[in-house]
Amino acid sequence: MNVKMEKQAEQQETTQQITMVQAVNDAMKTMLEHDDTTILLGEDIGKNGGVFRATEGLQELFGEDRVVDTPLSEAGIVGTSVGLAVNGFKPIAEMQFMGFVYPAYDQIMTHVSRLRMKTMGKYSVPMVIRTPYGAGIRAPEVHSDSAETIFTHMPGIKVVCPATPYDAKGLLIAAIEDPDPVLFMEPMRSYRAQREEVPTGKYTVEIGKGEKIQEGTDVTIIAWGAMVPVAKQAAKQAEQQGMSCEVLDLKTLYPLDRDLIAESVQKTGRAVIVHEAHGTGGLGNDILSVINDTSFLYLRSPIERVTGFDVPVPFFALEEHYLPTPKRILQSIEKAVHF
Amino acid sequence: MEEHFPMKKIIDDQGNLIDSSYENDIDEELVRKLYYHMSRIRLFDRKAISLQRQGRIGTYPPFEGQEASQVGSALALDSDDWLFPTYRDHGAMLTFGSDMTRTFLYWNGRAEGCVPPEGKNIFPAAVPIATQIPHAVGAAWAEKRKGTKNVAIAYFGDGATSEGDFHEGLNFASVFKTPTILFNQNNGYAISVPIEKQMNSKTIAQKGLAYDIPSIRIDGNDVFSVYFETKKAVERARSGEGPTLIEAVTWRTGAHTTADDPTKYRPEGQGENVVNPIERLENYMKNNDFWDEEWIAKTEAELTQEVESALEAMEKYPPAKPEDLFDHVFTNTPPQLVEQKESYLELIGRE
Ligand SMILES: Cc1ncc(C[n+]2csc(CCOP(=O)(O)OP(=O)(O)O)c2C)c(N)n1
Repeated sequence: MNVKMEKQAEQQETTQQITMVQAVNDAMKTMLEHDDTTILLGEDIGKNGGVFRATEGLQELFGEDRVVDTPLSEAGIVGTSVGLAVNGFKPIAEMQFMGFVYPAYDQIMTHVSRLRMKTMGKYSVPMVIRTPYGAGIRAPEVHSDSAETIFTHMPGIKVVCPATPYDAKGLLIAAIEDPDPVLFMEPMRSYRAQREEVPTGKYTVEIGKGEKIQEGTDVTIIAWGAMVPVAKQAAKQAEQQGMSCEVLDLKTLYPLDRDLIAESVQKTGRAVIVHEAHGTGGLGNDILSVINDTSFLYLRSPIERVTGFDVPVPFFALEEHYLPTPKRILQSIEKAVHF
Repeated sequence: MEEHFPMKKIIDDQGNLIDSSYENDIDEELVRKLYYHMSRIRLFDRKAISLQRQGRIGTYPPFEGQEASQVGSALALDSDDWLFPTYRDHGAMLTFGSDMTRTFLYWNGRAEGCVPPEGKNIFPAAVPIATQIPHAVGAAWAEKRKGTKNVAIAYFGDGATSEGDFHEGLNFASVFKTPTILFNQNNGYAISVPIEKQMNSKTIAQKGLAYDIPSIRIDGNDVFSVYFETKKAVERARSGEGPTLIEAVTWRTGAHTTADDPTKYRPEGQGENVVNPIERLENYMKNNDFWDEEWIAKTEAELTQEVESALEAMEKYPPAKPEDLFDHVFTNTPPQLVEQKESYLELIGRE
């Protein structure tokens, strides 16, 4: 099928049952077709189709100039993407795992995030950095980091983290079209965990908006990415004990959907924040301060946080002890409700 | 540039000695030692792959094809030297003195696998590419500052030479003339990316030129070349002459890891003609009256037994303790971490 025919096909409102990693692939395919300045860069993304198959088949369709197997250098990938981005391209850079973004941290911190500000808008960096993240798949060390906080702390870069196939495609397309740099985190534990009807054509999910995925009255559980299904499990168990939980999927970690958080917490009067990244300096603390700022007088109990411990993400023999579990979340729900 | 770095070989694929200047250096003891260690790590490697397939360990990176590079280089070191491996160099680690049970534990997701035997300077496998290279330079620098004769060797792949850490490490090694052996195993691929797409340079060795580091290119499947050239580099380093970069050209027989499928990116039949290093040494032994069926059989039986016992010990190892998550992060665990630990242990203890 040539690109034009492909585009016509996408006008029809068809959907397909796909996994999150297929949805990520589909988002990039859609944008490669749609906008020929889109360019993919990364390690093993071409011929191999990425270690998780997120870019599978794309080099065959779009060629080696648009889906580029780069040398093994994260700083090189991000640094050259900055140059490409200011000079007419829309780079989508893949970091193979979030633990390998650190060599590129310098580029992201010192250039990606502040170029627009320091040139007073003359140059902006419309690029996306995609990265699988998170523990729970028995990967070797460093492969399982969940380092979102160091990027939400970094001004000038948006941070997005889908929990479902539908959102993954819609948010990634939105990220590619965003004029500012976006760090796009993909929970690898969710890559193949669920299938969902996803439109075949182009659509977006708005960056900066979260979603209430379950109505409830007693407590608000706030999560994102790989922790969303865990939070839902805990909510179910709590429900069996007669506690009604509202569950929020934040989807964007910077900027936060403050209204969604405020509205829900003002209704339930209680909150449990769940994330797998370390507690100290974790994003939970910012959410806590959003609640403090917007909903202090509505609170009926102290806000609970269930997070990864303040230890490096361990080797996989201990990762089940590191990660928040439904049991730990349930304990916090009980604490909040029975305060 | 390639012609400035001709590939050094001592024996050819058929096991014929092609550099006769080494004739007197090769005796039965050395041959047996090399053969023993290469067979040992191959048995380990094949066992590990089969364990991964059975779900008894996690994802595993095989090194079959690289036995000569790992054994030849590790045997060129002295006991007090330092070894900085990647995730693919457990062959070198085992040869240098790592514990086999712990090596299995490492691939089973246990931090116990990073603990070197008492008195041995073996770093944990570096998973982030190229990051161990500056460490080896630093450790060697410390030895130099302390006035010892000890050296440090850093292992890394061809892909690693694209990272900044490689270049930064080489520059420091050169500026401070540290006793470091920069040991590259050029196995043709960095996951799916062939060397021609990784770099425009034809050799890795030439990258040392920019830093004025003596650099050589050797046949990494010829265990004698690896052993004697590494020995020379080690001696240079011990005598205060600084670092050496060694490019050992080898071939990764199998997949990058047990999670990888090389048929996706390797043309069919590629590498078929590479004679694996153990077979090459066998050819040499047969050509030179070093082949002793009885000794071979006995060695094989002994090694099989060793691997089986190590595996058994790994599987009998007490399960990982949740306390270990918290207890080793700091020398003195700060109060907030103690609190996290206590409340977590209390929660999981309930039921
Ligand atoms: C900084 C970093 N980026 C990416 C990876 C993922 N990764 C693991 S191994 C590998 C290829 C390494 O190739 P090479 O250096 O040639 O060593 P080999 O695996 O061939 O021994 C990659 C990209 C990593 N471990 N670290």
